[in-house]
Amino acid sequence: MTLAMMPFMLAFLLLVAGLYAIVAKRNLIKVIVGILVLDIGANLMLVLMGYRTPPAGEAPVAPILTGGVAKADELARAAVDPVPQALILTSIVIGLSVTALVVALGVRLYEKYGTFDTNLMRNLKG
Amino acid sequence: MPLLVAIPLAGGFLMPLVGRLTGRRRSTAALPILLMAGVLALAVWLLLAADEPLTYWIGGWDFPIGISMVADGLSRLMVVVVATVSLMALVFSIDYMARFTSPGLYYTLFMLMVAGMNGVILSGDLFNMFVFIEVACIASYALVAFGTESDELEASFKYLVLGTVASAFLLVGIALVYNVTGHLNWAKVGEAIQTAGGATLPLYVAAAFFLMGFGLKAAMVPFHAWLPDAHPSAPAPISAMLSGVLIKAAGVYTLARLVFSVFDGDPALGWILVALGVLSMVLGALMAAGQEDFKRLLAYSSISQVGYVVLALGAAALMHARGVAPMVVGLAVFGGLFHLANHAIFKALLFLCSGSVEYATGTRRLTELGGLGRRMPVTGACLRVGTLAISGVPPLNGFWSKLIIIFALVLGQMYVLAAVAAVVSFLTLMYYAKVQRYVLGGEPSEHVAPAREVPAGMCLASVLLAVLCFAASLMALEAMPGVRGPVLTPASEAVTAGAAAGRRGRLISVERDRPATPRQPENVDATTPTGRDSHRERRKHLAAGLGRRVGAVGAESRRAAVHGEEAP
Repeated sequence: MTLAMMPFMLAFLLLVAGLYAIVAKRNLIKVIVGILVLDIGANLMLVLMGYRTPPAGEAPVAPILTGGVAKADELARAAVDPVPQALILTSIVIGLSVTALVVALGVRLYEKYGTFDTNLMRNLKG
Repeated sequence: MPLLVAIPLAGGFLMPLVGRLTGRRRSTAALPILLMAGVLALAVWLLLAADEPLTYWIGGWDFPIGISMVADGLSRLMVVVVATVSLMALVFSIDYMARFTSPGLYYTLFMLMVAGMNGVILSGDLFNMFVFIEVACIASYALVAFGTESDELEASFKYLVLGTVASAFLLVGIALVYNVTGHLNWAKVGEAIQTAGGATLPLYVAAAFFLMGFGLKAAMVPFHAWLPDAHPSAPAPISAMLSGVLIKAAGVYTLARLVFSVFDGDPALGWILVALGVLSMVLGALMAAGQEDFKRLLAYSSISQVGYVVLALGAAALMHARGVAPMVVGLAVFGGLFHLANHAIFKALLFLCSGSVEYATGTRRLTELGGLGRRMPVTGACLRVGTLAISGVPPLNGFWSKLIIIFALVLGQMYVLAAVAAVVSFLTLMYYAKVQRYVLGGEPSEHVAPAREVPAGMCLASVLLAVLCFAASLMALEAMPGVRGPVLTPASEAVTAGAAAGRRGRLISVERDRPATPRQPENVDATTPTGRDSHRERRKHLAAGLGRRVGAVGAESRRAAVHGEEAP
């Protein structure tokens, strides 16, 4: 495995860890944390896809136009891909609203059952 | 076209205000119903007005920068289905939701869900589709929990967790596709894959992520765990929306787009779809047969019936890869889509009826019900129509769509699959016979003794959907010989566009990016009615179609015989 692959592998590891928490954990809070980890893993994966290895000796540049239109071409050559960055902004917002909702549900469930243990709240059968 | 998303979205944000003004009065529902009627009118107009795929660039920005909304035949069909079911569910909600607090919030979430679904259907690129899926799904998570009892909360939690996993998979899939092809636009991605000479390993990995994501959203069998909890727990109109349209807009429609528009009917994906479809059909039907809870039975039956659609689409992809005649491929796709529309109608009807039954008796347990056929004549009659339609009894719409699917499978020489489809159709009839017997037949038990007919709004919605069951079958009658009607043909053409004969499909998919280029003349039957006078035309063609049916009576009766055996 090359060094360039490392970030992807780590993002994938995050995905797997999140999935594991969701599937295996019996505590609502841990499941919620699993959701967060999974979400972040996916976002990380997406933004990593936009990374471009710069020409030797240069550092990758954030896709922000600071030098005016005159330097746009230079930026386009050196900067990383801005599209995934725009996408994960949206995706982070979505993740936030999902988190807010799931935490609200968790609180209501705790009020009903007095516990976070999912083993103790199985009214619904499969 | 953007109005289709904008109207419900604006409605969604207006509703909390309206809800504050009207409080818990029933008039709260007036605004959403008006708006939804507008959406339906717009959708029907879109369906009838134009033939070629329409593209709208948001904000007027053109290709590389802009975000596109595309309405081809498939999207138009889906939009009409969504609008119809939503309108009926809203009409039903007027009285049904009077028991709940804060109807303003309910209608807010409802409109957001509709906006999300329309957005999924119309968006022309992967990421916006993802965003709209999330809009629709977040609204539906909240709606499932709307009763805020422990069951509802738990079901919603389960649904939310699995839904989020699906979204994460979709996002990873999108990331991979973007990395490989450099595009997010459906058509451009498809084109890039074509020019690269077919899919490669990373794309198959992406496809696997997409299949898991969409499979979870569509509740195909290995991924179905959330549906039988979430759909029964929601208020009845929401169950109707979830089962009727949400799993199709967020799951099946997107699967169809993925497999046909992007992967050009790749046989590997075709096999996966067939496997998912068969598993869902069989296991869904078997599990439905064992249910005691009315709505839970309906939920399992949704899994089973959506399996039909996915099976038909997968089989079409396979047939295309094997070089079966395009007409047969088209027939399979047509059957699948027709079944999708039909299932939206009759499953919404059934869920609304179950809501009426629950409203009148306060229970959903089949064993506690009985004799409602006489107590609630209107709901009873609608329920009967719905059960007959879904179990494929002629002359209702479910019969025709299942028949077309089975017939296409036989023509495509997939006899085993055809047999499975027929057997599952029989199973469906069996467990719906059980529903009829427990709910409608017999003497009223003491639980249901005080049951009376439900308020007029709820009856109206059920009756309209029941009438649609008949109307849709008329569409099939017209559709059978050659002329497939102006409604479904463009849709199945749009699906097979990637698949059908050679490069013709490519032209269409390229055109999806450019507004208003004249389309290649299709090999449309010259007599196909188009445009606004199609309603009158359709009558005429119905008659003509019937005449032709007599001519084709040999084939017809054989088909009827296939089905006759399984419908005792």
